[in-house]
Amino acid sequence: MSPFARSALTLALAFLYAPILVLIVYSFNDSKLVTVWGGFSTRWYAILFADGPLLAAALVSLKVALLSAAIAGVLGTLAALALDRHGRFFGRGAYTGLLYAPMVMPEVITGLSLLLLFVGIGLDRGIATIVIAHATFATGFVAVVVGARLKSLDRSLEEAAADLGAAPLRVFLGITLPLIAPSVVAGFLLAFTLSLDDLVIASFVSGPGATTLPMRLYSQVRLGVNPEINAASTLMIALVGLVVLAASWLTARRGQGG
Amino acid sequence: MHAPTPLPAAPLLRIERITKRFAAHTAVDGVSLDLAQGEIVCLLGPSGCGKSTLLRLVAGFEAPDAGTIRLDGADLTALPPHRRPVNMMFQSYALFPHMRVAANIGYGLKGLGLSRREAAERVAGLVKLVRLEGFEARKPDTLSGGQRQRVALARALAREPKILLLDEPLGALDRTLREETQGELRAIQRRLGTSFVVVTHDPEEAMALADRIGVMERGRLVQIGPARDLYERPASRFVAGLLGDVNLIEGRLGPAEPGGLRTVETALGPIRASGEGAAGAAVVVAVRPERLSLGAAAGLPGTLVEATFLGDRIRSRIAMADGSVLRASAALPAPGPVPAVGAAVTVAIPPDSARILPA
Repeated sequence: MSPFARSALTLALAFLYAPILVLIVYSFNDSKLVTVWGGFSTRWYAILFADGPLLAAALVSLKVALLSAAIAGVLGTLAALALDRHGRFFGRGAYTGLLYAPMVMPEVITGLSLLLLFVGIGLDRGIATIVIAHATFATGFVAVVVGARLKSLDRSLEEAAADLGAAPLRVFLGITLPLIAPSVVAGFLLAFTLSLDDLVIASFVSGPGATTLPMRLYSQVRLGVNPEINAASTLMIALVGLVVLAASWLTARRGQGG
Repeated sequence: MHAPTPLPAAPLLRIERITKRFAAHTAVDGVSLDLAQGEIVCLLGPSGCGKSTLLRLVAGFEAPDAGTIRLDGADLTALPPHRRPVNMMFQSYALFPHMRVAANIGYGLKGLGLSRREAAERVAGLVKLVRLEGFEARKPDTLSGGQRQRVALARALAREPKILLLDEPLGALDRTLREETQGELRAIQRRLGTSFVVVTHDPEEAMALADRIGVMERGRLVQIGPARDLYERPASRFVAGLLGDVNLIEGRLGPAEPGGLRTVETALGPIRASGEGAAGAAVVVAVRPERLSLGAAAGLPGTLVEATFLGDRIRSRIAMADGSVLRASAALPAPGPVPAVGAAVTVAIPPDSARILPA
């Protein structure tokens, strides 16, 4: 790598990660003032784990993330299978576009339209509505991840199984699913992290008693940043980072089977 | 275009006038083919000639636009692949990467009503048949190409199919392994008595394996018969050229004569050859290089421009009076002295080895 490329890369990475690094460092700050370093301490983490409302919000977030990722995982996989397997059918391009559109749709619009829908059909807003909302936009991401794997999957494997007397369901459960499983899990993990850090859509569609962690943090920040927020954010970064690492590891070892 | 072939009394497989189109492209065009019990038929042709599509039609992966496929008299045409008593060995082998060798071989045994022990015995027998003892617990990606090929063969044989379809079965193997495996494949086929339909683009492979070779060109089955028939009596220039080197001399067909031989007027002079056609039609005379005899007293005059020693034979090129070049191949020891390059030679074309084909 040339010296120019190296320094360009360093600058870009610094631009991306310096703010996060500052946040992590200050989560271990002993001082109550966010901008003044008062020595190393983990006391904000202790305070964090005694903060009832914050922990309740974290629990809501985890529940929503797990449920919506599970729904998006199933729907996204089915959508990817349909688009990959049925070749060219009427409206295929339109279906693909419709599936991927929520990924690029501004969150404000997604949130607002879902809110109007839920109000319109008289659905009480709460955890369920957030789950539905998150599953809606994460499905497209899962479909992309699983679709990429399906594209590289050797179709003759499924044909061979059918040729050997396996009915379509046995082919899917015994051959297709095990071979695309890493990408399904990767898609699930991606959906999980997307749900975990969404603030905008959740704010639109949540109701009383359903406050997610990002919503809770955001409302606290409006009253002033304190090191407890830094600590909570650091933990979230760690969790999301781990999940993303797991997802990319799963995607990288695809095709080797299980 | 179909060469008349005597049909076996009760064919195991009967393909009748089957046609498959992909959009505007006709991949298989009205092909009829019979396969007898225990027979090996090789479908030979360049890529895109429809041979693989024909195989996939028999396996059930493609639905024909017209025609029927019957096995033992029962119509298979509408059955899905998993209900057809035929099995296929894929060009890519299509081994299940997440299953061990034994599980791959035994995959097709489910649903046959075998007990666990019977299934295990069948797998063990197949492992022995393809000489893979000790590899049962290996994953496919730890096997060599030849070993994978044998797993694929064993897996395709596990259900004891009436017909085994093989798509370029030896295509992924190197040359020495290929020749060895051809012999093995024949031996296994003879032992089991299974009928094989083999798709290949390699004429040597087709000749080594097949009882009959079916040559396909642009979706049509243009000629079918034993290798020797196709080699000696090709129906067209395409078949002649596909099965080996051939000299093609253009000319005009003379009138019909008693005795079967005809005279073709060519730029080299009149050539006696066997074949049919209307008098005055544009034809080519096809003659194999090894059938030309050099140095004969009564022959066409030419000049030797190249002579290559190839161990078991000498391959030579002779420039003829009209500027065309004929290729000859003589077995060693060649009768008479070997002429030097630049020498004047005579080329004799034995009439019974010269075939008249449509131009």
